[in-house]
Amino acid sequence: MKDMVTKEPLIQVRDLSVGFTGRAGHTLPVLRNIDLAVRRGESLGLVGESGSGKSTLALAMMGYLKRGLRVIGGGTHFAGLDMFTLSRKELEGIRGGRLALIPQNSGQSLTPTLKIGAQLSEALRLHSKLPEAEHSARVVQLLEQVRLPDPSAIAGRYPHELSGGQQQRAAIAMALAGEPEALLLDEPTTGLDVTTQAHILELLRDLAAETGMAMVYVSHDLGAIARVCDRVVVMYAGEAVLEGPVREVLRNPAHPYARGLLASIPKLTDARLPMALEGRPPPPGKAGDGCAFVDRCAIATDVCRTSRPALATVPSGARVRCHHADRADSLPTRSPADADPRVIAEDAILSLGDLSISYARPGFLDQILGRKPATTPTVDGITIELEKGETLGLVGESGSGKSTILKAVAGLLPPAGGRIELAGDGVLPPLVDTRRPDQLRRVQLIFQNPDESLNPRQTIAEILAQPLKLYFGLSGEALRQRIEDLLESVRLGAHYMDRLPSQLSGGEKQRVAVARAFAAEPDLVLCDEVTSALDVSVQAAVLDLLDQLRRSRNTAYVFVSHDLAVVRALSDRVAVLYQGRLCEIGPAAAVYAAPSHPYTEVLLGAVLEPDPDTVPTLSAADIVELSPPARGCPFQRRCPRKIGPQCDTETPPWQDDGHGHAIRCHIPREAL
Amino acid sequence: MLRMLIRRLALGAITVFLVSLIIFAGVEILPGDACTAFLEREAQGQLLENCRQELGLNRPATERYLEWAAGAVTGDLGVSANGQKQITELVGYRLRNTLLLASCAMLAGIPLALFLGVVAALWRDRMVDLTISTIAIGAMTIPEFVSATLLILIFSVWLGWIPGIVLTSANAPISEFFPEIFLPMMVLTFVMTAHILRTVRSSVIEAMASDYAQMATLKGVPYWRIVFRHVLPNALLPAINVVALTIAWLLGGVVVIETVFNYPGLGRMMIDSISDRDLPVTQAIALIIASVYVGVNLAADLLTMIANPRLRTLHMRKG
Ligand SMILES: Nc1ncnc2c1ncn2[C@@H]1O[C@H](COP(=O)(O)OP(=O)(O)O)[C@@H](O)[C@H]1O
Ligand code: SF4
Ligand code: SF4
Ligand SMILES: [Mg+2]
Repeated sequence: MKDMVTKEPLIQVRDLSVGFTGRAGHTLPVLRNIDLAVRRGESLGLVGESGSGKSTLALAMMGYLKRGLRVIGGGTHFAGLDMFTLSRKELEGIRGGRLALIPQNSGQSLTPTLKIGAQLSEALRLHSKLPEAEHSARVVQLLEQVRLPDPSAIAGRYPHELSGGQQQRAAIAMALAGEPEALLLDEPTTGLDVTTQAHILELLRDLAAETGMAMVYVSHDLGAIARVCDRVVVMYAGEAVLEGPVREVLRNPAHPYARGLLASIPKLTDARLPMALEGRPPPPGKAGDGCAFVDRCAIATDVCRTSRPALATVPSGARVRCHHADRADSLPTRSPADADPRVIAEDAILSLGDLSISYARPGFLDQILGRKPATTPTVDGITIELEKGETLGLVGESGSGKSTILKAVAGLLPPAGGRIELAGDGVLPPLVDTRRPDQLRRVQLIFQNPDESLNPRQTIAEILAQPLKLYFGLSGEALRQRIEDLLESVRLGAHYMDRLPSQLSGGEKQRVAVARAFAAEPDLVLCDEVTSALDVSVQAAVLDLLDQLRRSRNTAYVFVSHDLAVVRALSDRVAVLYQGRLCEIGPAAAVYAAPSHPYTEVLLGAVLEPDPDTVPTLSAADIVELSPPARGCPFQRRCPRKIGPQCDTETPPWQDDGHGHAIRCHIPREAL
Repeated sequence: MLRMLIRRLALGAITVFLVSLIIFAGVEILPGDACTAFLEREAQGQLLENCRQELGLNRPATERYLEWAAGAVTGDLGVSANGQKQITELVGYRLRNTLLLASCAMLAGIPLALFLGVVAALWRDRMVDLTISTIAIGAMTIPEFVSATLLILIFSVWLGWIPGIVLTSANAPISEFFPEIFLPMMVLTFVMTAHILRTVRSSVIEAMASDYAQMATLKGVPYWRIVFRHVLPNALLPAINVVALTIAWLLGGVVVIETVFNYPGLGRMMIDSISDRDLPVTQAIALIIASVYVGVNLAADLLTMIANPRLRTLHMRKG
């Protein structure tokens, strides 16, 4: 791949500024003086928080701007063509052909009413010289190239009939149809499972190596960038603040923001909480005359406020936009110190006994005859004890039943069997409407997406008042005081009280959701992917907040996430779930170290660290199983270490080490 | 899919049943009955008693409801209080005339609304869009009797092209309704087009701004191909339900318009029957209108289900 990198750039962005007209009539910049080049065969990463202008820049490379945006200065060239001066016809010839895009959310980027095959052959008709008759064969070939199982069946399906990973592959196949010289990828794996993400990234690496195409890879995930890119540009508030080789940028970046970003990423090998990067970037037009990062920078001086730093080359060869790049290495890139250990009482707060949950509704006949449905339950045999003040991490791919378990504990789904016991309250009634108010109060749930869980028409004060009135009967001044305290405890000031959720950023909304949960003074908080929709720096702040709250109130958490590094940072114990069945459970350190269950091994192997020298191991096939097998080990169909027929027929035994670390597998513990 | 279909049908039947109960109860609660209406001032003493005996009005309400409902199901709507005619016969031509008026309005209005809605969306915020949208808002806010009067003023009084009032009798052959039908039809078309085009406009705008339309642009798909292949099939799906609602609404608006133009349809018959206190006829028409309403919405749901691959396969998968 490296020897195909040529001198003259294929994509050249020169001093590009893009903006929109604000309400007062001023031009507000979204991109400021971007200068960069991508050579043939090279792969460039664009990283930064959401809103930093990554997508806008990638789309501008195609000569495309979203409605309302316009070029304020400079331009962008592709293969010598000035993209913003081309005619519509010329652009149509290039887009999807020589220069193709893989969108962030392919689920929404594929036309819902057209079959996958039709959308691919449309690309062929527009951009290839193949005769019409050969299109369907080529479509199958393309789908095969992105390793989709049963490509001809996939071609006949509508987008909604594919899983997220399959949709992403179909979008990649569509981009490849025009045999592009350069591929722009806008967060192509965000929201996918670690295993799926790892497979897709390997695929992209292989394709780039095979075809010699250039790639521009947009992501906020430094792990993914580390795996695919040669060079990285770090963006902040519409500016490129650092550009350099991937190793340099990820190991010892010379810009304070890049260091902060690196420190805010939880790492698989590090049990400590990541370091939060407080504050947020200035909105368009508010960056001032100086450095855009000045309000969040620990080494800022007066000159940073008054003069905007230029992009300058430092001795290592990187280009940095900072007045004090030489002092940047005084800033840490990882959490500096261990936090004080917490004491966890040996006193159970929650105990799940052989819990099983089934989504299959009994049919009409079953109901009359009082039969249970014949299908295997979605979640089965969950036995877990949770101590007071303890945090249990729950990991597994999407569809493994993590949220289902939380919903059952919260009383939003009826269990099909087993019991849910809350210390002091005995066995909980199955559903919310049969639980007593005090039982409801003690267990609170926080969702992934605060947009869906906060009523957009209620002010923050009204949202927080609800549980306070309901559970404690507060009113008047006492209520107001309590709301203020709550906002303070999640580090939002009292001035947030009268705002609406829509006036808050994603991180702030999630803090409100946390505050609402804690308003009930719960003993147990169920967190369902609470940081998955947030930027890493915001995620670090929310994790830190959750840590502070559990320390001060001795609250127990069940913390669900598909991100194994995040789970490691917060959890005392971790349970691994596959197809609704427990595979492994134990103290976090033990679960993340050998010996591991084969599935845990697969998950850990697929995690991408923000380090270009770690190589993921992909041992299991990336397939989506729709229902668990009726007998034997739940992982039997994908297990890379399957030992024989007993895996298919016999439920594997729990193997305990005597210290609370248990693995459920037929392979003897010593051999795992 | 079949299960879904059966469920929807059952739901529709239940709705019609409930509506029939409400209509019947409503008429029961009103002071007076068919006999007081028929006998007018002589409605007292023995004469009234005899009449009630004859029409069976002395029997308990539940019994009479069951009889009425059973009749309606088999297509027998009873007899009118005025002149003791079979309501089914009376209503037949009126229903035909109303359907004629409604379908003429739909035939003109739906294509026009689709066209204008798409044009307004594609040239959003330009002169065409502003003109179309302003007129549409006007059409929705001006009451029908005002626009009807205006049209009569222009086309009958000033231009003298079309008679302002329909004088054709209810049972005349269809061809005799032309050209008088044009004015009532225009009023209906006008309002209906406004409603549908606004929905079409906003759903096309939304679809043009969608990720898949942007993706198609970035795939190099020519503009008009994006519009016709990627955007319209998705944008027009929600329009089906609005069309259905509008048609159902037409049935209500038709009452006013038929009265203004003296058009011999169901709507006018309803007004007439109310002012004549001919309760059996009022009851029958209310039931017919309710059934059509339910039927149209049912048809729209089914059509959406067939046209939307997402719903279609979902139901197929789940059996
Ligand atoms: N159509 C638009 N009109 C005005 N501002 C926009 C528009 N699209 C994006 N922006 C703004 O541009 C900035 C960069 O957005 P984007 O490129 O989507 O960032 P990223 O991809 O890094 O998340 C944000 O401040 C966003 O609010
Ligand atoms: S220029 Fe100043 S404020 Fe900006 S990053 Fe460098 S040191 Fe910090
Ligand atoms: S029991 Fe068998 S199939 Fe299951 S994880 Fe162990 S080796 Fe793999
Ligand atoms: Mg983006």
